[in-house]
Amino acid sequence: MWRTVVRRMTIMVPQILLLSILVFLMAKAMPGDALTGLLDPSIDPAALDAQRDKLGLNNPWYVQYWDWITKAVQGNFGQSFRFKMPVSELIGQRMMNTVWLSLATLILTYLIAIPLGITSGRYHDTWADRLITGYTYIGFAAPLFIFALLMLWVFGFHFGWFPTGGSIAPGVEPGTLHYFMSKFYHLLLPALSMALITTVTTVQLLRSEIIDTKQKDFILTARAKGASESRVYNRHILRNSLLPIAAFFGYEITGLIGGTVFIESIFSYPGMGELFLSSISLRDFSVVTALVLLYGVASILGALISDMILTIVDPRIRIK
Amino acid sequence: MRKTTSPISAHKELDKSPSSWSIIWREIVRDKVAFLSLIFLSLVILSVYGISLVLDQAQIVTIDLFELKQPPSSKYWLGTDYGGRDVFGQLIIGTRNSLSIGIIVTMLTGLIGVLVGLISGYFGGMVDNIFMRFVDFFMILPTLMIVIAFVTAVPKYSIVSFSLIMTAFLWMGIARLIRSKALQEKELDYVQASKTLGSSNLKIMMSQVLPNLSSIIIVTMTLNLAANIGLESGLSFLGFGFPESTPSLGTLVSYARDPQTLESRWWIWLPASLLILVLMLSINNVGQALKRATDARQRKG
Repeated sequence: MWRTVVRRMTIMVPQILLLSILVFLMAKAMPGDALTGLLDPSIDPAALDAQRDKLGLNNPWYVQYWDWITKAVQGNFGQSFRFKMPVSELIGQRMMNTVWLSLATLILTYLIAIPLGITSGRYHDTWADRLITGYTYIGFAAPLFIFALLMLWVFGFHFGWFPTGGSIAPGVEPGTLHYFMSKFYHLLLPALSMALITTVTTVQLLRSEIIDTKQKDFILTARAKGASESRVYNRHILRNSLLPIAAFFGYEITGLIGGTVFIESIFSYPGMGELFLSSISLRDFSVVTALVLLYGVASILGALISDMILTIVDPRIRIK
Repeated sequence: MRKTTSPISAHKELDKSPSSWSIIWREIVRDKVAFLSLIFLSLVILSVYGISLVLDQAQIVTIDLFELKQPPSSKYWLGTDYGGRDVFGQLIIGTRNSLSIGIIVTMLTGLIGVLVGLISGYFGGMVDNIFMRFVDFFMILPTLMIVIAFVTAVPKYSIVSFSLIMTAFLWMGIARLIRSKALQEKELDYVQASKTLGSSNLKIMMSQVLPNLSSIIIVTMTLNLAANIGLESGLSFLGFGFPESTPSLGTLVSYARDPQTLESRWWIWLPASLLILVLMLSINNVGQALKRATDARQRKG
C-alpha cells in the first residue's frame, strides 16, 4: 500500500513541474505583463523599461520561471491588480466557497446515486428500473450548463423558491445560525443542479454492478444457506457492488473541477471558478496562472486518491 | 484465388457471417429510438446546411438598432437579441457552426488519437512507454481551464485556432482506447502470420490491424462528437468559444447569463438550449446503438 503511494508520488512531482512550466509559458504568451494594468498610460516608456528591468521582466524565461516558481512554492503568487491584494489571500477567500459547493455536490451525488442504483439493480426490468434508466439516459447526454440554466430558470425565477445568485444574503451577521442557514440555502440549488447530472454515471455503474453480482455463485450459496432476501441484498450484494463506486470517487473530484466553473458562473456564486473567469476577462493574469496551477494540482491529487482507494479496496491491483 | 473457388463461394455465401456494416445497419433499424434519432439528425443536418446556403451570416450578425429585443413575431420567428439580430437566423447558423466545429474536432482528435494509439499499442515496449507517459500528463491537465487560457493567449484568434486548441487537449481518450485494443490485436495469429510472410510493420498496422479496429473507432468518434458539441457550446456559453460575429448554439445560450433575458425573454436562449439537448441525445442514441452492434453480447437482433 505505502509503496504504491510513494511510487505514485514520485510520478506526481515531474507532472506538477511540467504543469507549472506549461502554465508559466502560457502566462508569458498572454498579451500584457504585470505592469500593463498597473501604471498610467502617460508614463515615459524609458521609465517603464527601467521598472521592468528592476522586476526582472527582461530576463530570459527560465530565470523568470525560477523566480516565479520559488516564490509560488512558498505560497506567494504576486499581486492581483484588480483587487490590489496578494493572490494567495484572494484565492483563500474564494476557496472555501468552492470547497463547500463541491462537498455539498458530492454528498448529494451519493445520496441520490445509492438508493437509485440499488432500486434499479435489485428490481431490474420493472417500471421503476425503466424510469431510473430513462433518467440516466437523458442525464448522461445533457450538458451540465444547460441543465443548470433550466434549473435556475424554473426554480430560481419562475417559482422563486431559491435565491438566483451569490453565496449569502446581504447584511447577515457571520457566525450566527441565520448566517449558516443562509449559506446553506444559497448552496442548495447550485449543488443540486450539479449533483443531478454527476450522479448519473454512478447510478449506471451501481446498477450494472448489482445485476452482475446477483448472478454470482456466492449469492446462490448465501440463498441456499437460508439468508433472508434483505440480508442477501444488504450484506452480500451491496458490499461487493460498492467497490467500483469507491474507486470512482477520485474521478468524481476531477469532474467537479470543470463543473464548478460552469455552475459558479451560472449562479454567480463567488468561488474560484467565477474568480477564474472574471480574472481572465479582465486580464488579471497573476490570478489566472495561480488558479490553473491550483486546479492542476487538485486533479493530480484526485487521480492519486482514486488510485489509493482502488488499492485499498482491491488487493489484486497493488503494484509489487 | 477468387476465380478458382467461384463455384463454391456462391454456395458458401449463405452461411458467411454478416459484414460489420450490415450488422450495424440492422441494429440501428431494430432500435426504434436510435433509428428515429438518426432520421432526426439527418433532417437537422440537411436543413441547417441547406437553409444556411440561403441565409447570409454577415447580414444576420449585423446590429440593427431599431429592432432591439423584439418578442417573436411573423417577421422574427424567435424575436431578436439585444443587438437587434434575428434569433432564428442565428439559431440556424449557430447549429451549422456548432456541428461543423464538432465534426472537425472529432475528426482531428480521431486522427491523432488513432495514430498515437495504434503506433503505441502495436510496437509496445519503449515506444509505448514514452507515448503513454505523454498521454498521462495530458490526462491530468484541467482541460477546461487550459483551453480557456489558451483561447485568451492566442493572438490571432479564429475558428481554425479554436479547433486546434480543442484538438490539442482532447485526443488522449481515444488514444488510450485504441492502444489497449491494438495491444490485444497484435498478439493474434493473423498478425504473426503476416509478419512471417514478410509484410512491413506499416502495412500490417494500416491495412490489417486498423480495419479490425474500425468499428470501435466509429463508435468512439460518434460518442465523442456529442461530447465535443457539448464542450464547444459550453465554451461559447462562457464566452471563450466563437466570437459573437460567428454565432454558435452556445452563443445563443450565453445571452441567458443576463438575468433579465433568462427571466423574461425565453425565446432567445431556450430553443438553442433544447436543440443542444436533443442533438446530444440523438447522437448518443445512435452511438449507443453502434456500440451494441459492435459487441455481440449486447446485440438486440
